[in-house]
Formats: sequence, C-alpha cells, structure tokens
Amino acid sequence: MKNQSKQLFNLLLAAMAVFVLVLSSCGKASQGTTSGALSGNAASKVYVAPGQHDEFYAFMSGGFSGQIAAYGLPSGRLLKVIPTFSVDPEKGYGFNEETKPLLNTSHGFIPWDDAHHPALSQTNGETDGRWIFINGNNTPRLARIDLTTFETAEILEIPNSGGNHSSPYLTQNTEYVVAGTRFSVPIPQKDVAISSYAENFKGALSFVKVEPTTGRMNIEFQVLMPSHGWTFFTSYNSEMKNSLLEVNASQNDKDFVAAVNWKKAEEYLKAGKAKDFPANYMHNVYSDETHSATSTAMKSVKVLIPSECPGLVYLLPTPKSPHGVDVDPTGEYIVCSGKLSADITAHSFPKMLKAIENKEFDGDISGVPIIKFESVLGGTVKEPGLGPLHTEFDGKGNAYTSFFISSEIVKWKVGTWEVIDRQPTYYSIGHLMVPGGNSMKPEGKYVVALNKITKDRYLPTGPELTQSAQLYSIDGDKMELLLDFPTIGEPHYAQGISAEKIKPKSKQFYKLSENKHPYVTPTEKDAKVVREGNNVHVYMTMIRSHFNPDNIEGIRVGDKVYFHVTNLEQDYDVPHGFAVMGATNAELLIMPGQTETLLWEPKKEGVYPMYCTDFCSALHQEMQGYVRVSPAGSATALRWWLGDEKPVQ
Amino acid sequence: MKNSVLNLLTIIVLLAAFGCSSDKPEAAATGDSSAKPKSMVAEEADPMTNKGVGPITSVELGASVDQAMADKGKAVYEAKCMACHKPTEKFIGPAPKGILDRRSPEWVMNMILNPEKMVKEDPIAKKLLMEFNGSPMANQNLTQDEARQVLEYFRTL
Repeated sequence: MKNQSKQLFNLLLAAMAVFVLVLSSCGKASQGTTSGALSGNAASKVYVAPGQHDEFYAFMSGGFSGQIAAYGLPSGRLLKVIPTFSVDPEKGYGFNEETKPLLNTSHGFIPWDDAHHPALSQTNGETDGRWIFINGNNTPRLARIDLTTFETAEILEIPNSGGNHSSPYLTQNTEYVVAGTRFSVPIPQKDVAISSYAENFKGALSFVKVEPTTGRMNIEFQVLMPSHGWTFFTSYNSEMKNSLLEVNASQNDKDFVAAVNWKKAEEYLKAGKAKDFPANYMHNVYSDETHSATSTAMKSVKVLIPSECPGLVYLLPTPKSPHGVDVDPTGEYIVCSGKLSADITAHSFPKMLKAIENKEFDGDISGVPIIKFESVLGGTVKEPGLGPLHTEFDGKGNAYTSFFISSEIVKWKVGTWEVIDRQPTYYSIGHLMVPGGNSMKPEGKYVVALNKITKDRYLPTGPELTQSAQLYSIDGDKMELLLDFPTIGEPHYAQGISAEKIKPKSKQFYKLSENKHPYVTPTEKDAKVVREGNNVHVYMTMIRSHFNPDNIEGIRVGDKVYFHVTNLEQDYDVPHGFAVMGATNAELLIMPGQTETLLWEPKKEGVYPMYCTDFCSALHQEMQGYVRVSPAGSATALRWWLGDEKPVQ
Repeated sequence: MKNSVLNLLTIIVLLAAFGCSSDKPEAAATGDSSAKPKSMVAEEADPMTNKGVGPITSVELGASVDQAMADKGKAVYEAKCMACHKPTEKFIGPAPKGILDRRSPEWVMNMILNPEKMVKEDPIAKKLLMEFNGSPMANQNLTQDEARQVLEYFRTL
C-alpha cells in the first residue's frame, strides 16, 4: 500500500474547471443578519496580541485584481499585497524600468490579469515555504513569487492555451508545475469558423519544469489533448457546444477527469516522441542581483500527442461538470465534485491502477482510453449538499467540501463517506483552504471559506463590496466560525502555511555590495548625471534624509530623463520613495540596497520638485530637491550638486 | 466651529515647524552649555570615559596606526558612511576628524553598531541627535570587525 501511494503520486491529475456564477445563490441574502452561531470564546481564538505574530501565513489569490494578498491567520491581518500580474503604482511595479519586462507577453505589455490559484512549493509532498506559484487566467501565464522577498521573481507565458484556468498543479517535489487550459482554441492559432471547434479546437496541458535550486521555470513539454473540441479541458462540456453553455454543457450524465502519467511522459520525451511545435511566448525573469527583469522571446514547444503515446492519459468518468479535483493526503482517493451533481465522487487510485492493468475500459476518445466508472469508483458521499466545488483535508481522515449553491462547508469522513458536520458560509463559498490541505501533510487547525458574495456582512460601501473570507476552527468534531475578514479583488483558491516555514528566511534588506544593477550608484562619490543625446541618466543616491544630487540643471524639453536611484541604507525597514512632478508613470519605492529607475519626460520648461514619498525620518520632509528644465536646444549647462557643494559640470 | 479653528491652527503650526527645521542656525545647537536644564548636566559624564551603550566594552588601540586595517576601514567608510559623514567637515552628521580626542574608542564603535539605542540612552548621542536636527544615525549593519577598521581609519584623519 505504501508503495502504491507513492506510485499514485507519480500520476498527476489535471482538473478542469470553470467558475460559472450561479446567481440563484443570491437568495441567501435572506439569511441576512445571522451571525453563524458564534460562541462566546471565538474572539479569544483569533486574538493575536499587539506585537505578537500570527501562527500561519495565508496567501489568497487576488482574482480580478491580478495580485496575491498575504494575510496572517488566525487574526486576518493583511500583511502585504504582492504585485504579480497587475501593475501597482504604490510600489512602482510595472512602472519602473526594472519590472516592466515582467509583464511582457507575446501580445505586448499587459498591465493586468486574473489570478486564481496559488500553489506553494512542496518537498516530499509537504509545503516548504520557498516559492508560491499562481496562474494568470486571461493571458495565459504562470508566476513564481520568491518567499524570501515576497516579490514576483518570474512570469512565464503559456502558449497553446486559451485561458490558463485549471492551473497550477504541483508534483510532490515541485518537479513540475502543470497548467491546463479553460478554452480550447485552434493550435496553432488561425482564422476559422467558431462552429468548427470540434474539428479545429484543441487544448494543451503544459508541464513546466522547475529548477530545484533557483526555481526557474521552463516548459518541458505539452500534452495535446484529442481534437474533440474542448471536451476534457473544460470537462463539463463533453457535448462539444460552443454557446449557451449553461444549458448545453450540463446534459450528459457524466463528464471526465483526465489523469496524466508524467513519468511516462518523461519516457516518451526521452524516446524522442515529442514534436516541436512553433509557439510564441515570453519568459520573464527578475534578478535580485541586478534588481531588474529580463524578457526572452521563446519560439517553440515540445508536444506529446496522447494517441501516439499509449499509457500517457486516461479518462475517468465523473458525474456532471466536475469542478474541483483533490487528492487526499494518503494519495488513495481523488475527490471529484460534480458541480451539478448531488453527490461527491471519490475515485480510487489503487483501483485506477488495477483497472489500467486489467484494461477495464469503456471505449476511448481519439485513442485515449476511458476507464469504466465502476472500476475506478472508490466511494460516494451521498447528497451532502448542493453544488459541490472543492475539497480540502485536515490530515486526520476528514475532508471539507465547499458547496456553492447551498452555501456551506460539509465535513465528511474519507473512506466511510459519512457526513460529520455542516456549517453555513456567508455567502456562496467558492474555494476553501486548510493550511497544507492539498498536500500530504495538512496543518489541520483552521479552514478558511473564500466566499463569492458579501451582501450585508460588512458596513456598506456603495454598490461594490469587498469579498468576504471566513475562518473556522476545525480542532474539534464540529467546525466553529471564528472570524469574518475582507479580502482584496476576488479570491479564488488560497494557500496556507505555518509561519515558521517562512519567517526565519525572510530577507531584511539587499546587500549594497551585491548590487549589480547596471546603473547602480554604490556611494555618493559616484553620483553623477550623464547625457547621451536626448537620454539623460541620473545616477542618484538616497539615504536618511537626502538625495545626491538634489539639484540638477541642464535638462531640456524633449529629453528622456532616467532617474536611477540607489537606496544606500543597510538596515531593516528603511525604504525610500521617489517622485518627480509631472511624471506620467508612478513613484519608485526602493528597498535598502536596491536600485530602481523612473523614466521622466518633462514636457514644459520650468523648475520641478522631486521628493521622498515614504516617511523615513524626522527630516523626511526635507528629503527633496529640484530639477531645472530648459527649452529644447537650450545651452543651459548640465550641472548637479548637493547642498552647498560645488556644482559639477 | 471651535474645533475646526483649532485644527486649522494645528496645521499651520506643523507646517511652520517643518518649514523652519532646515534653516535652523547652527549656533542654537552649539550654544552655551550652561543654558541647559540641570538634569541634562547631571547626566553628562566625562566623554572620554563614557563607553556608550552597545556590544563594545573594551577596545585596545595599538601604539601606532595599523595602516592595513585603516585602509580597509576607509573602504567601508566610503561605501557605507560617506553619504552622511564627510571625513573632515560637518555634513548631515558630524565629521569624524579628531573623534578620539572627544570620545572613547568604545563609544565610537557602539555609535556605529548600535545607533538606535545610543540616541535613546546615551547622553552624548541624545544631545547630538538634537544638534543635527533629529537626523538619525543610520544603522548600516557593519560587523564588529568593520567598525573596528573604521575606527582605525579615523585615527589617520
């Protein structure tokens, strides 16, 4: 059994999913003022005294904000919004010259995306606190965030994908991050009738290899699923319809979940079975040494065709619109929630392996075998609620499934399939999260409900409301609602991890001596202004509480002025900001030891102030300076200085 | 009504405070020490025996300057200190020239290594913070070795 469960993890499940907001759930508003039966001591269970730290980090996807938000649990304190797929003027992300390349795509610079599913890196099936990955749904991308800095370290575009939704899934040692696709599209893209999807549309599963020490991502191969439309990737649509999905996609009794054997894929890759497909995608990597990102255009991917690779993919019939697919910590069961089914189906991994061995198939689709439903069925939770979506585990033999339509979390026992407890959520829960609840070692103390509808839970803020998260204790037999707290954007999935796995490794500042930025100004002696035609490079330093230089003359209308600003501080929590009047981008927010660049293109002559935006000391207000802009072609000499130092020419 | 007038006043006073701080004449800070409140005078010990607050309790200075060590110190000083301290003239902070005629070597190293505590607890450092317009001494996270090298460099100024 032990060997088997190891084997089980060699098989990776790709789950296909779409969030269709079923509005009937709005009816829940009638439950309005219910508090959720808070018991008297709930407050003490979420109280983290001033100056004390939370026990867990929670990383919530920002949904349509495109970012990730880090919270502390159990307090619900917002610790940081990590800019990922969307620009963030507060931090200069996507506005300074260094981070712009991170948002490059084959479509050009894209300042926004929709981020759904964070996934913490794992070692031996346990979260390790090194990185967190997240998908960009709209323009298919994967991002990796470095958890020593809580900054986006890498963004990889996914070619041959029509929406990177069912993504990312990690293998147990973070060998691969796997990305499915929500929409099938013509591969390669071409101008065809939309009604020709059954013939022309395909979906690719991308296996992105992760370099074990640096975390660098690379698309190792893609599996091109059968040319039967988008059947398996949005597995709720085996009818192959392309419009009116809410009616047409839900008629079949069973759809499919696809199981891919990635070890087998590696064998086929080695054997030269992969075809090189032309592709167009960008790979963007940020360096903590140059404090800059670079963008590389990639031109091809290796593709495996399942019909040519026996044993690579199997289809598991699953009742009506399977949404979430979650593997229990022992690896024995694959829990599939048929979103429109009354039951939760659990497939058995050992049974699946046996069925494959005995060829217990029920036909195939384009050469991909369909395993007999009865042969793979491990168990069924009968009518636990309405609209099951996702399941998390507590490592104590229990599972927690979110029910969107009946707006509740249902706790049930893995193996006996009996329902143990149910608690309402306010309102219409989508995902739920137990720290480590999708790994082999859950830290089963809390479950967080990530709700889709807020209604009356907080003070009203006009038509648009924040999203609502809820924290439940799962220490005892019964779940207990402890806390409501608002979240940014619209979180879908989230991840949680014991703070001790991240806290000791958190970086406090960047070492100046390791700064390899091409425009670094390592000491004030090196401060200067250099003109190269119409480009002016300002090598500037900042330290409490002055810039060097803080007076600049000789800039002309029509110049592109690059302020390369280096923060000379070498202490924890002493960032400085930089802003200059009329800049059409944003501010810079520069961490100690870091260099960042703001491009400024003055349109009119005059004298323009610049100043530090981040309160840094009692003399913060004095941290300022002037730039003089003369007309185009003016003979005003290029000079710069600090205080009563002699101007340099 | 009363409240809003008060608020307005507060804002004006604040603005004035910020507006002036950079123009403060140096004389005010370096003025006659006899004008100080008694309690401050009482706190002041002999600066040459005050070792400051921090990890350094004893420093042995060689009979002559260790030039190799001083050279290392100069490099550290230029990389991490020069933004605020010019070697021989007052800048954002005081000049280190002649520092060992005014302070103990332990005090100098503790000021480098433990500035946050020094400006709160050491009477001389507290006074200096006020003299330099509240501009804090940045902790540049030097190692003890580096601080010792910088101290040796100060002996050459």
